[in-house]
Amino acid sequence: MDQKEDLCADNWENSSSRNEFTKEISSDHPSFSNFSSQQNQKKWEEPSILDYDIGIETSFQKFNQPSVTQSSIPHNPNNQAKILGQEDTQMQETYQTNKIHDWDPSTMLNNLSFLEQKIHQLQDLVHLIVGRRGQVLGRPDDLVAQQQQLIIADLTSIVAQLISTAGSLLPSVKHSLSAGMPLIGQLGQLGGVNIPPVPGINVSVQSHNNGGSKFSEQSNQNDLTAKYGSEQICNIEEHESKDDEDVDEGENLPPGTYEILQLEKEEILAPHTHFCTICGKGFKRDANLRMHMRGHGDEYKTPAALAKPNKESSSEPMLIKRYSCPYSGCKRNKDHKKFQPLKTILCVKNHYKRTHCDKSYTCSRCNTKKFSVIADLKTHEKHCGKDKWLCSCGTTFSRKDKLFGHITLFQGHTPAIPLEETKGSAGPVDHTIGIETTNKANVNFSFGSNAQDGCAVQDIMDVKGSVDDPTTYFSPINFDTCNFGGFHEFPRPPFEDSESSFSFLLSGLCSYTQKTGGESSSNNVE
Amino acid sequence: MKKHETFHLSNKNMENPFVIFTEEIIFSILDYLNDDPYAKRSFSLVCKSFYFTESRHRTALKPLRSDLLSRTFHRYPSIAHLDLSLCPLVDDSALTAVSLSWKSTLRSINLSRSKSFTSIGLLSLVTNCLGLVDIDLSNGSELTDSAAKAIAEAKNLERLRLASCKSITDIGIGCIAVACKKLRSICLRWCLRVTDLGVGLIAMKCKEIRSLDLSYLLITEKCLPPVLQLPHLEDLALEGCLGIDDDCLATLKHGGKAIKMINMSRCQNVSHMGLSSLTNGSESLQKLVLAYGPAVTADLTKCLHSFSGLQSIKLDGCLVTCSGIRAIGNWRASLKELSLSKCTGVTDEGLSFLVQTHKELRKLDVTCCSKITYASIDSITISCTSLTSLRMESCSSVSKDAFVFIGQRCQLLEELDVTDNEIDNDGLKAISSCSKLCSLKLGICVNITDDGLTHVGNGCLKLKELDLYRCPGISDMGIAAIAQGCPALEMINIAYNNKITDLSLTSLSKCSSLKVLEIRGCPQVSSVGLSAIAMGCRQIAEVDIKKCYNIDDNAMLPLAKFSQNLKQINLSYCLVTDVGLLSLSSINRLQKMTILHLAGLTPNGLAAALLACGGLTKVKLHTSFKPLLPQYIFKYMKARGCVFLWRNKPFQAEIDPKGWQLQSGRCPEAAE
Repeated sequence: MDQKEDLCADNWENSSSRNEFTKEISSDHPSFSNFSSQQNQKKWEEPSILDYDIGIETSFQKFNQPSVTQSSIPHNPNNQAKILGQEDTQMQETYQTNKIHDWDPSTMLNNLSFLEQKIHQLQDLVHLIVGRRGQVLGRPDDLVAQQQQLIIADLTSIVAQLISTAGSLLPSVKHSLSAGMPLIGQLGQLGGVNIPPVPGINVSVQSHNNGGSKFSEQSNQNDLTAKYGSEQICNIEEHESKDDEDVDEGENLPPGTYEILQLEKEEILAPHTHFCTICGKGFKRDANLRMHMRGHGDEYKTPAALAKPNKESSSEPMLIKRYSCPYSGCKRNKDHKKFQPLKTILCVKNHYKRTHCDKSYTCSRCNTKKFSVIADLKTHEKHCGKDKWLCSCGTTFSRKDKLFGHITLFQGHTPAIPLEETKGSAGPVDHTIGIETTNKANVNFSFGSNAQDGCAVQDIMDVKGSVDDPTTYFSPINFDTCNFGGFHEFPRPPFEDSESSFSFLLSGLCSYTQKTGGESSSNNVE
Repeated sequence: MKKHETFHLSNKNMENPFVIFTEEIIFSILDYLNDDPYAKRSFSLVCKSFYFTESRHRTALKPLRSDLLSRTFHRYPSIAHLDLSLCPLVDDSALTAVSLSWKSTLRSINLSRSKSFTSIGLLSLVTNCLGLVDIDLSNGSELTDSAAKAIAEAKNLERLRLASCKSITDIGIGCIAVACKKLRSICLRWCLRVTDLGVGLIAMKCKEIRSLDLSYLLITEKCLPPVLQLPHLEDLALEGCLGIDDDCLATLKHGGKAIKMINMSRCQNVSHMGLSSLTNGSESLQKLVLAYGPAVTADLTKCLHSFSGLQSIKLDGCLVTCSGIRAIGNWRASLKELSLSKCTGVTDEGLSFLVQTHKELRKLDVTCCSKITYASIDSITISCTSLTSLRMESCSSVSKDAFVFIGQRCQLLEELDVTDNEIDNDGLKAISSCSKLCSLKLGICVNITDDGLTHVGNGCLKLKELDLYRCPGISDMGIAAIAQGCPALEMINIAYNNKITDLSLTSLSKCSSLKVLEIRGCPQVSSVGLSAIAMGCRQIAEVDIKKCYNIDDNAMLPLAKFSQNLKQINLSYCLVTDVGLLSLSSINRLQKMTILHLAGLTPNGLAAALLACGGLTKVKLHTSFKPLLPQYIFKYMKARGCVFLWRNKPFQAEIDPKGWQLQSGRCPEAAE
């Protein structure tokens, strides 16, 4: 404990720019460089994430290998890794809070140096492509296209980064950035747009989790159990989303009557699928790209250029296209015995993210539900907290009929009565321990308020101490949310406090406490 | 051998001849004393051993006040049925004490009139008393889902009434549905927050259900398929379910197989189409209630044509056509009960045809069928000679000769309601030959006099209930004949009669089982008469002496002394003062009082009486007293479970200001 706090304090006392830089590196390392340090390998041994991480690793090996050696990171990774693993959680949190509140020149500097680094990496990538062009066998066209796409995406992001860095100087823009923009976007701008950004983010989540869990292993054994608990929850959710996909699968095309296309992971996870050949800007929709192209000259303004490209080919009979998931062993993979194809690219994207990616978007309200598709998160956030229909098994439902359907289906499950609005946010609510739950809420409440005052060390100690006796003090819900909140990759703005302070505590509580933990320890040192 | 020895012993001592009987024999003797509520009390007061025998024998208890409950725990060790409907306040600690005292014996509990208990008390009740199979929580408007959750711990529960538990939602019902697998009967009447989901879950989970009351719920067709698939469902009440209409009933594939009773009263959106789809396949249907529902047309009656088991149908207040009524006459079934109350469309033609086939009719209700005449009564009495109940209030077109037929032909009559009819002394003379008659209602029959009533008194020995409300022809002589001839009389109403004097009451005081006496608006009655009643009729429970201007405190003292069973009294407009009221407050059982316009009553006297009268649950007072009484009284009374009803009626000097309207206007419903 003490050692950790010292470390945090040290880092805090350094210039903030250094902190942020450290953080960026920590989040970029796994994606850009095949970070072969022992530390990282160890982290990936964790079975639940193993396959995915390896997948990412190999995919980037192709393009990014040289960047390991040429990386311009000013730290020695082997020395730094341990500290990173321990502190990056907190660092990143503090960094984010800073970002939200005010702009400072160090950030600018940071961004610029990051851009520099990024351009270097791009250079490496192009080098690599040039070097490998002759050796590539198999599907050269595909690969070339992919590489091209990656480069384009990278360039796009650099451009966007530059623009946003410049824009941050304007007060009005800054305001809109800090207040209005979703944080994920902010990270994309400030923390660096990776190639492709989404897997980058995912991987960094993993590293954070691992770093965090190791840290917690040292500090407290209970954290580990809690983490496993939440992993289980993730699994359940995964099943749910799978079910969703199965439900809308109505058609039964005989095999052979359709063309099977299989996109690669990178393609699936790329944020944009349509890129401007002139400026490299990426678009999610072809129509948007065509609109964009008009700005590049009159030749793109003709009706023919603006027309939907599919329409031309509609005269000849089109073979029905169906998609396969690149993940082998998946039911949606074409090699699977009971292969069920996916209908559209969108289905592929959502399926892949939901089923084979980490759920990196955590709901900021409940801190329990995690999603891999941001739209799912947004849908959930609309209803989060309104899931007032609980089953005795702990499952929550936003609709009463869904709860009753669930109860009809499962023997022995009964509807659970929400104790109060304030208590029924998530997780299994045990009615017999109603009093304890109240206590919990109270304690958290005081904790949060103290933390805001900046003298929460005592409280943190209290809470940590009480974790030793979890059964009497914390309900299982609290465990999950509390521990997970800390390792949360993208802290959403800590609840713009529009609602009552109590609901804020319930939802934003955990990540917030962790954050303030960092701050408060530094205060302590000061 | 042992028995012989005891016999010998007792012979020698001759102290207690009952010692020779084993407890089982005495118990079976006591079982026969159930009819008279006071018999067992007398028995237990004979001697100590009888006292203890009775204590052990008693299984049903209806305590007067919840604070007396704690004394009964020790006295009665084997209570199985506890009725707390007289205790307005039953708190959690009382329920816990009950559950601990009768842990193994308690089978049923009635909390329908009790308040101030919560889920905590219920939880201890159901967890301790594992044999509890019957719980009545009706009117528990404060009970929430947590109470329902507590109930769900009663795994052996078979019968549950939750009528008007308006705070219980689907969630609570869901808890009960999942946990109480043995549930056979559940009443969710007026549980307005229970929807399709809760009802559906009950039907999905509790397959043993026999009786299901869903009246006035906001349910739709969605919950009906699982309900109708319940294998044992016999009674289904869907009264006032406006969410159910023909379209949704049309989606049902089949009705319940075992269903015997369907109540679809006040389902205005259901016509014969919906009814036929609901009853489709219900071969064993016996009873159908369609009051205030669809129009009774030939179509409707045709769809019920084939139910050969149908015994009873209620069509109260329905729009009735002649062809519809005639079609009932063609049914395969032979009805035993038919109610056409307030069906103004009933005509002689239809009714006469109907009764020709349904000769087995036992009960017929043609209240306010103003179109039927002599002819109908003629054919009814010819066909249905085994009629036991005939209600024909306000059949104003029936001439007085018709009532003679009733008496001559329906000798088995037990209940006859001829309120507001043309019946005269000849009719009464004929009716007096119905020796089984228990209940006779002659209210607003202006044509009858003492002569007719004397015949009734001579013939109807079993009469228990007599209503002579606003019968101006009746005087002391008639009442005396009734009192003489009908010793079993329990209820009599002589309201608004100028001729009745103390003599009537003195003669009525011979009817020792009289329980209800209504002499409202009889100005000639004085305290002397009421005192005679108080001394003679020890079981008297309800007294209405409103506007008996000559009754004063002198009557209250004997009432207080002798009528320890008095539950309800209306003293408005009397001469009773503080003294009389205060003396009344010594009656333990007194629960309801109406005290309006008592000239001699002071706030202090009222306050003292209210405080002294421990069992009060409902007091009707004039608003003018509200500011005059000390505020703590209200708090105190509320804490004891007493409710105040404040009335702001103006003082009416004359006895019967509306009397002429009632007499001339006849039945207002019939006039519409």
